[in-house]
Amino acid sequence: MVEQHITSAFDRDLEAVQAQIMKMGGLVEAAIIDSARALETRDEELAQKVRAGDAAIDGLAEMINEDAARVIAIRAPAAVDLRLVLSVMKIAGNLERIGDYAKNIAKRTGVLIQGHDTSESAAALRRMAREVELMLKDALDSYIQRDVELAADVIARDTEVDQMYNALFREFLTHMMEDPRNITPCMHLHFIAKNIERMGDHVTSISEELIYLVTGNRPEDERPKADTTSSIQQEV
Amino acid sequence: MNTMNVMDRTLETKTTKIAARDVNVYYGDTHAIKDVNVKIEANTVTAFIGPSGCGKSTFLRCLNRMNDTIDICRVTGDILLDGEDIYDKRVDPVQLRAKVGMVFQKPNPFPKSIFDNVSYGPRIHGLARNKAELEEIVEKSLRRAAIWEEVKDRLDAPGTGLSGGQQQRLCIARAIATEPEVLLMDEPCSALDPIATAQVEELIDELRASYSVVIVTHSMQQAARVSQKTAFFHLGNLVEFGPTGQIFTNPEDPRTESYITGRIG
Repeated sequence: MVEQHITSAFDRDLEAVQAQIMKMGGLVEAAIIDSARALETRDEELAQKVRAGDAAIDGLAEMINEDAARVIAIRAPAAVDLRLVLSVMKIAGNLERIGDYAKNIAKRTGVLIQGHDTSESAAALRRMAREVELMLKDALDSYIQRDVELAADVIARDTEVDQMYNALFREFLTHMMEDPRNITPCMHLHFIAKNIERMGDHVTSISEELIYLVTGNRPEDERPKADTTSSIQQEV
Repeated sequence: MNTMNVMDRTLETKTTKIAARDVNVYYGDTHAIKDVNVKIEANTVTAFIGPSGCGKSTFLRCLNRMNDTIDICRVTGDILLDGEDIYDKRVDPVQLRAKVGMVFQKPNPFPKSIFDNVSYGPRIHGLARNKAELEEIVEKSLRRAAIWEEVKDRLDAPGTGLSGGQQQRLCIARAIATEPEVLLMDEPCSALDPIATAQVEELIDELRASYSVVIVTHSMQQAARVSQKTAFFHLGNLVEFGPTGQIFTNPEDPRTESYITGRIG
């Protein structure tokens, strides 16, 4: 960080709210990994843990927003301090949504492990989730270290996640066309893949917040977009 | 005042009211203002901020030659009001101050009636031909300073008997009675309670329609609330000058950043 505030309580407030972001980030990283592992290992207990754990993530998001509102009311932050408070509010929102996606994956896992063979796709989904989790870890590290380069790298890596999603989308489509009995599991698996792809978008937003926090400007380049599934047509 | 519009309002193109070029001010051997260049726009509130002793009040006082009253004070460079050098020998400082009015930190009404406080300027500058016209100017000025309703029944009462906030608004009425083109305000709210402060800020925003307002303030929040342009002074230098919205969200100079975020710098 730069110099200290003359009012040291202001520094403590800002540090406290950032510590909460890191705590929340830790819970969300675990939720991503656990939800993917629960699917791959068909572990209903672990899936249940992920579903139950979302309440703690939501609670932290609420607390961060309340604390940020209090800092705004009491300290009237300006410039970099204002951007910091705005960024923690937005990042809390991003993390909260990632947590929701993990919970949704855990819910679908509960359905899938009752009689559907998912071993083939589950490994690919876990690799995709692992990639997003690493991106989130780097996004949070770049946030704490105010590392704009690392944040830009995270944003670029979202392309790989999009490409993994494209591949899975085509695969699920093929399975469903082969045999209508595949439709139920493939629909669930597709939503899981889409959830992970959306997680990547939220991680990208977190990295953009860091760039805004440090530079005062939003990244100029368009986000890399490699999710092409919205234009795919299937010949019947 | 809608702060959401602060950024937008600064985008309007404005004509330059006061242009300062390479202004230096010395008090004896002390170099108080160093090579300041700034353009004060018409119909704009410009805030001067900076730590104590940074030169913001000194520079403000250059704009209507109040520093002439200090013997050891020397001003170099050009200050142009509508393109005319105000330090030209032919300029009468008294006439200049009718055009460039000033409101001070402490309300300083004359020890006279409320009416006389406001009518004094128009009378000595011959702005009214008769009593009716003078009364009209007094009422108009008091109305514009948002104090008419409170004092209309006691115009003969001494101005010093009013509350602090009322006295300051009376002083503003006095300053605008001569129809100045620029209003300089040196910490106009520092002796006022929050309600009187809000009234004065509301007034400043209204005055902007007719005048250029330059305000020196130690309250960063006040600068952010009332101004469209902000100038940050530090150790006699004009460090940064720009749209208020930008100065308070993303200042360019680290010294500005340190100051407005309350850091030691």
